[in-house]
Formats: sequence, C-alpha cells, structure tokens
Amino acid sequence: MNFIHAAILWLNDPLNWTNPNGILDDLREHLVITALSLLVASAIALPIGIWFGHSGRGGGVTVAFSNMTRAIPTYALLAVIYVAGITGIGAESAVPALAIFGIPPILANAYTGIRQVDPEVRDAARGMGMSGLQMLGRVELPLAVPYIAAGIRTAAVQIVATATLAALVAGGGLGDIIYAGFGLTIAVGGGQILAGGILVALLALLVNGVLGIVVYYVTPKPLRAQRRSRRRARRLAAEAA
Amino acid sequence: MSFAGWPARALPADAPNPWFSWHYIQQNADQILTYLQFHFVTTIEAVAAAMIVAIPLAVLCYWVKPLAAPILALSGVLYTIPSLALFAFLAPFVGVGVTTILIGLVLYALLLMIQNTLTGLRQVPEEVRDAARGMGYGRVGMLWHVELPLALPGIVTGIRLATVSTVALLTVGVIVGQGGLGQLIFSGLHTNLNKAAILTGTVLCVALGLALDLVIAGIGRLVTPWARRRVAS
Repeated sequence: MNFIHAAILWLNDPLNWTNPNGILDDLREHLVITALSLLVASAIALPIGIWFGHSGRGGGVTVAFSNMTRAIPTYALLAVIYVAGITGIGAESAVPALAIFGIPPILANAYTGIRQVDPEVRDAARGMGMSGLQMLGRVELPLAVPYIAAGIRTAAVQIVATATLAALVAGGGLGDIIYAGFGLTIAVGGGQILAGGILVALLALLVNGVLGIVVYYVTPKPLRAQRRSRRRARRLAAEAA
Repeated sequence: MSFAGWPARALPADAPNPWFSWHYIQQNADQILTYLQFHFVTTIEAVAAAMIVAIPLAVLCYWVKPLAAPILALSGVLYTIPSLALFAFLAPFVGVGVTTILIGLVLYALLLMIQNTLTGLRQVPEEVRDAARGMGYGRVGMLWHVELPLALPGIVTGIRLATVSTVALLTVGVIVGQGGLGQLIFSGLHTNLNKAAILTGTVLCVALGLALDLVIAGIGRLVTPWARRRVAS
C-alpha cells in the first residue's frame, strides 16, 4: 500500500532516467511536441488575432472557435487525427491536435490586446499621420504585448499538459510513464503511476511559473509600472471606501 | 482492456474502414447507449458535486476577502495539473473505478465555478446592497434573497463551462477503464483502428456537451426572467 515509497524508489533508480524511452527521452519528446505545437498554434493564431483586433472584426468568430474547441475532447481529436493518418505515426502525430487546442487562448488574447488600446491613443497616432500598418506596428502591438504574451503562456501550459494524452494514442512524452504503469496494474505499477503523475504535474507547474516570469520581463516597463500603480490605486480606493 | 502497446497503423489493404457506418452503430447499439448513459450520469454527478463545493467556497471568498486569493490560487494550481497526472495521483489510493474519475472531474470543475460565481457576486451593484441593508436584510438574508439571485447569470455561466469541459475530460477516464464514450474511441484505437468507433464516440461526446450546454443555458434563462426583460426593453 505504500505507493509513495514505491514512487520515490522508482524516481531514484538512475536507469529509469537514462534507459532508452526512460524519463529523459520522454521529457525530450514531450518538450519537442509541445514546442512544435505551440509554434504551429502561434503561427496560425497570432496573425489572425492581431488582424481581427486591428480591424475590429472577428470577435464573434474568436468566441465561437474557443467554445467549439472546449466541447471537443482532446483524446478524441488526437485519435481522429492519428487514425486519419495526416501526420506521422509517432509522437509527432499529436502536434496538429495539440496546436488546435493552443489556438483559442492565443487568438483571444491577441484580439483583446489590440482592441483594448485606448481609442484616444489611436486617434493621436492617426493625427500624427501614421498609416494603419504603422499604427499597428508602433502603437497597438507594443501596447498589446502583455496580453499576447499572456495568451502564449496560457496556450503553452495547456499544450504541455495535454501533450500527456499523446501517450494514450500513439505513445510519446511523459504520459508514457503513467500509461505503462497502468498497464502493469496498480498493485505492481502504482509507484510508477504516481511517479509519472508527479513528473507531469511538476513540468506543467514549472512551465507555468517560468513563463509567468517571462511574461513579466517582456512586458514593457512603463506598462508594468502602470499595472502596479493601478493595483495600488484600487487598493487605496478600497481602503477609502 | 488491453495495454498491449500502441495501435499499429498496418491494416489489410482491402479491409473497408469507413468513418461512418450504420452497420457499426446497429451492431453496437446497446454498448453505445450504455456508454452514453454512463457519460451523462457521471457528468451530472460531477457537476452537481462541484456546485455543492464551489458555491459555498465562492461565498466564502466573497465574504472573507483575504481568503479569495489563496482559494483561487489553489484551484488554479489544481487546474494546471494535467488530467492524466491527476488520475495518476488518485488511482493508486482510490482504486480503478468511477470514484477516481469523479474526484478528478470535480476538482477541475471547481475553478471554473468558483471564478464565475465570485464574478457574479461581485457584480451586484453597491446601491442594491445598500437598499437591501436599508430594508433590514442581514448578511445571510441578503445573500439568499438578493445577492445569489443577482449572481445567477455568473453561476449559470460557471456551470455551463464546467459541464462542457467535464464531458470532454471524462474521456480521459479510459486510463482506468471508465471513460464513458471515450471507451468507444479506446476500443476503436485498439481494434484495427476502427474509424467508425472513433468517430461515433467523438461525435456523441461533442453532441452531449453541446446539448447539456443548451439545456443549462435554457434553465438559466428561465430562472432569470428579469435579465431577459432588460434585454427586451
């Protein structure tokens, strides 16, 4: 019954890390799938979201797409794409499905980021004689960076989490450890299952934390200060009330 | 269930394997209905249990402001943990069964419901609360008669989001053999990549999610007639 002990033992065995298809191989595979999916999702969602935001159209499409993807089980989409045979048969067959689930947060945040730019700022830019593209590049995009970065962070965390499910379909990634553990039955594989769960959860939390720091640093300093002072203003207002 | 490794792509070249097949559905009607029923019942149970936990927690966050940040942060951390990992944490201790799945689903639904209920409560205008206080409502009376009813749109949004994601997430239950419609996908993957099984499971799952979403949205409209009137006028 001491699965925690078994999990620690399993994690402590260096062979479990360095074996072919061991933790290190799985981790590498997991990160490669995640990075590829994030790249594909960004390449699709960023231009569309930025264009939607700039032109003020497509808000409805953005919401509809994100609602639709919420209703599709990741496991189902992974299976459908795998069986359709559009992509390879290895772990990389998970990339299209994972990318689809990464699109909504990037799209929505890019759209919101551009839309939230103060209309007065836009007017001022136009008054300075900027063309639409200049305004996008010099005014709207820089002001939208915090939102865009937050969207990519959300997508990355989601993809790194769902990449675990690739193991259920074609194999690959850290999910393999859990899947194989269940294959051994709980009595035998309980420790391994738990160890796999710990690794996967740690990776997701780590990616979330690290990207949180990245988002903070890519946010232009004035915007950071603004956010802090806004929070301070809110606190002061709350105290006054 | 079989864990004999991952499905091979190799198929006899002449074996028909259509994406949609009435024959498959007729042959497996009983099983499909059983899975559909399991999926439906388990979703309702998980969402109901999540409501019972989440709404009081949201009220707690609302009343005791310093608690809001830690409760939301904790449920946010839970939400970040991948479903497979969560089931992996639970299975060794709870066993391979519906309970493991239910606990996992409830934990995931919590964040969506707490967040939306809290948003709904915070949207209650200060003047309304002042008026209620002036009418002699105490804290609990005001919550029950004024604040919760006015927060209903937020609560309903939370329930809708939680329901749709619960339906989708339940398929991951295949890892302990309790994936509802996900079992159709699982068996499709593991019996010569039967496309009809995989697509039937997928379509029914999406349809169930959307149908429940519509029903809850309808109930939400029925219980908040004032919101409709405001839109109409």
